[in-house]
Amino acid sequence: MSEHQPVPDSIRRLPWPEQYQALARHTKTPVLKHFYEAGCPSPKTPVSEVPLVALDFETTGLDAEAHSIVSIGLVPFTLDSIQLGKAKHWVVRPRLPLHQTSVTFHGITHADIDEAPDLSEILEEVFASLNGRIPVVHFRNIERPFLNEALQCRLDEGIRFPVIDTMAIEAHLHPDRHPSFLKSLLGKKPVSIRLADSRKRYGLPHYAAHNALIDAIATAELLQAQILHHFSPQTPIGDLWL
Amino acid sequence: MQAELIDIRNHLVQHSPFDDMPEELVNQLTASIEISYVRAGTQILETGQASAYMYYVRSGAVEIFRRSGELYNRIGEGEIFGQFGLLMHRKVRFPAKALEDSLLYRVPAETFHYLFENDENFADFVEIEDRSRLRSALSRREKSNELMTSRVTRLISRKTISAPTTVRLQEAARIMTKKGVSALLLMDGEGDNTRLAGIITDRDLRTRAVTEALPSETPISEIMSEGLITIRASSYIFEAMLTMLHNNVHHLPVMDGHEVRGVVALADIVKYESQSSLYLVSNIYHQQNVKGLKKISRDVRDSFVRMVNEDANSHMIGSAMAGIGRSFTQRLLELGEEKLGPPPVPYCFMALGSMARDEQLVVTDQDNAMILDDRFVPEEHDAYFLELAKFVSDGLAECGYTYCTGDIMATNPKWRQPLKVWKSYFTDWIENPKAEALLNSNIFFDLDGIYGRTEFAEELKALVADKASKSQRFLTMMARNALNRTPPLGFFRTFVLEEDGKHQKTFNLKRRGTAPLSDLIRIHSLACGSLAQNSFERLKSISKTRLIVEDDLDNLRDALEFISIVRIRHQALSIEAGKEPDNNVRPEDLSSFERSHLKDAFQVVSNAQKFLRFRYNTQVTRNV
Repeated sequence: MSEHQPVPDSIRRLPWPEQYQALARHTKTPVLKHFYEAGCPSPKTPVSEVPLVALDFETTGLDAEAHSIVSIGLVPFTLDSIQLGKAKHWVVRPRLPLHQTSVTFHGITHADIDEAPDLSEILEEVFASLNGRIPVVHFRNIERPFLNEALQCRLDEGIRFPVIDTMAIEAHLHPDRHPSFLKSLLGKKPVSIRLADSRKRYGLPHYAAHNALIDAIATAELLQAQILHHFSPQTPIGDLWL
Repeated sequence: MQAELIDIRNHLVQHSPFDDMPEELVNQLTASIEISYVRAGTQILETGQASAYMYYVRSGAVEIFRRSGELYNRIGEGEIFGQFGLLMHRKVRFPAKALEDSLLYRVPAETFHYLFENDENFADFVEIEDRSRLRSALSRREKSNELMTSRVTRLISRKTISAPTTVRLQEAARIMTKKGVSALLLMDGEGDNTRLAGIITDRDLRTRAVTEALPSETPISEIMSEGLITIRASSYIFEAMLTMLHNNVHHLPVMDGHEVRGVVALADIVKYESQSSLYLVSNIYHQQNVKGLKKISRDVRDSFVRMVNEDANSHMIGSAMAGIGRSFTQRLLELGEEKLGPPPVPYCFMALGSMARDEQLVVTDQDNAMILDDRFVPEEHDAYFLELAKFVSDGLAECGYTYCTGDIMATNPKWRQPLKVWKSYFTDWIENPKAEALLNSNIFFDLDGIYGRTEFAEELKALVADKASKSQRFLTMMARNALNRTPPLGFFRTFVLEEDGKHQKTFNLKRRGTAPLSDLIRIHSLACGSLAQNSFERLKSISKTRLIVEDDLDNLRDALEFISIVRIRHQALSIEAGKEPDNNVRPEDLSSFERSHLKDAFQVVSNAQKFLRFRYNTQVTRNV
């Protein structure tokens, strides 16, 4: 699917703060205009000073073009504090039929889905939590492309923003996580960078439930731990986002 | 609260004080939480800093210090800290540092105060003073046992039946039969000056009148019991029970000043509390031989477990178990005398240690001794007393009271001596104290006559009370010995936490809890010349002096009660699980309620030990 109003390369090449300013002028959609106008901090800003939002989607599959968002969980946070009072969770009606296998995994039933709103009906609420914050996800190939695709379909316009990917940080920390054939024969286990496994390495607790909100909280906690273990509160945000 | 936060909520409600919190409040609490990850070594709270949060440890571990830098506590998953500062001037009171990488849930001050105002249980839990937390925990528990909340007057269902002391035996028996009572009160004087003078019971009629074939015209005053044990009308039923158990009486006149309000009989309480330990006691006296006693001794543990399940307090349970132990001993002595004939000289059979203190539990050995009349001649009389002592000791062993490993039993000739020898023992212990020797004789300073000429034991108690309070050296030595056993600092995960930060897998609730407490209570009680033996009674007599401030005494009482009840519950659970009860406890066997309150109780013991050290060390240096 192609963009109806493609963002020119001149804008795409700008650093994020300037790009947000340009996109704010470029966009035709009020909700996106607000998002870009809320701004993006300079890449030099220490991570401890940046408002963040952990974001997690449950989807009907892995392909943004073929599958849909089923639920959204998010929690605004900073390096110092994850505020559960501001945590949000929505179930949304996917445009494509819900796949039977996914149903069991998400714990979301057909009845939930039937009563759920379309994403377009809750966009303003969702963006109220996103504006002015840098999204943090575990595995960046889900939330950003799925949100982009969903907006493309509903608003005829995509979205661009930097993300911090806690999985990419783990991948960076464990470059040799797949042992060679010889080493695996010697019993060396691969290092898993999945959310639950990564958390274990920092002594973070196991969460029994699986929903978009708990996963978002789990991601926020993981980033706090990663920064304190491997970076510092002074680390520039520009070193972390992708 | 977002429903999807259920995982977080569920963690909270597995831990005190959130386990009893109304759902609505837990939801509000959950929604207020701010999560923060800290690395090991991070200073979380510094003294004097403004308090903004109460902290809940979701994972990891945190150490809490005193301002002096001393370790105060180690906090693990599901525990809270930082609450003191929120209550006190809103300044941090105890600095906190992460011992491990930890995930903390911060509860903002606003939410904390809201919970404090709206959940009494939460307020009690986080209350500023540890000891008041202990107190409210105990009072909640005691409220649930009817014996402890109902007055003895509730058991009085009929008008008091009395007669003047001038009636004759036959007339007394006729009144009792006609009115259908098992006891008749006998009154002196007339009109407003009537005073209770004595009592005659069914049992008296059987054992005294009928057995000895007294003429029916015998004045009742000749066979009635005098110097009656009575109870005040304001007493609780359990106090009546304790009095009956301790004195082995089955009828208690209930007094309102000089006025008799009624009589409470053993049967009334047994009815109230069927299967009670009193029932077991009365059964003991019906047994005709050791075999019979052994058979019913199997009920002792059931009776113990039942009392625990009925939320009896430790004083009640300790007295009941001691009362049962006494009754076995008394009945064995009666049976022994039946077998061996009457004693050649009078004697007193004496209980020592926990039985004398009315603080016996189910895991107990026998500690006893005999005080013989001063006319005792070993060559002529000792064979009899040795045989009697053996009969009792073997009988007790049959009934589950194991032989004393320290050989403190009447079968040991050293502990089967005339009164004058006993007096010299005590005089020597007190006037020429040696720390080592006192360790072994400690147990003799809890003594009670339970059979025969109990006045011999009273003479010894009076001698001890008089001499001990005057011998600073003796008290100092006793204090030094009492400080050998210290309580742990608290718990951390599945470990017992020691003051130096080291860990243990298990600990002995008697050696590390109740024993150090009863030791130090004994010393203060001896110092103020008290005759009391029971620790709670001793605390009452100490309070009549100015030796210790009232508040500290209340704390000691609460600590003793709480540690005892945990120890008791632990034993009851073992019995119910078909295991042999003991005093060793693993922290994982304790509920979080028990853990947090035990920690408070240990703190009380530790402070009391510091006071003891201060009080007697000062004296030592001054004397040297």
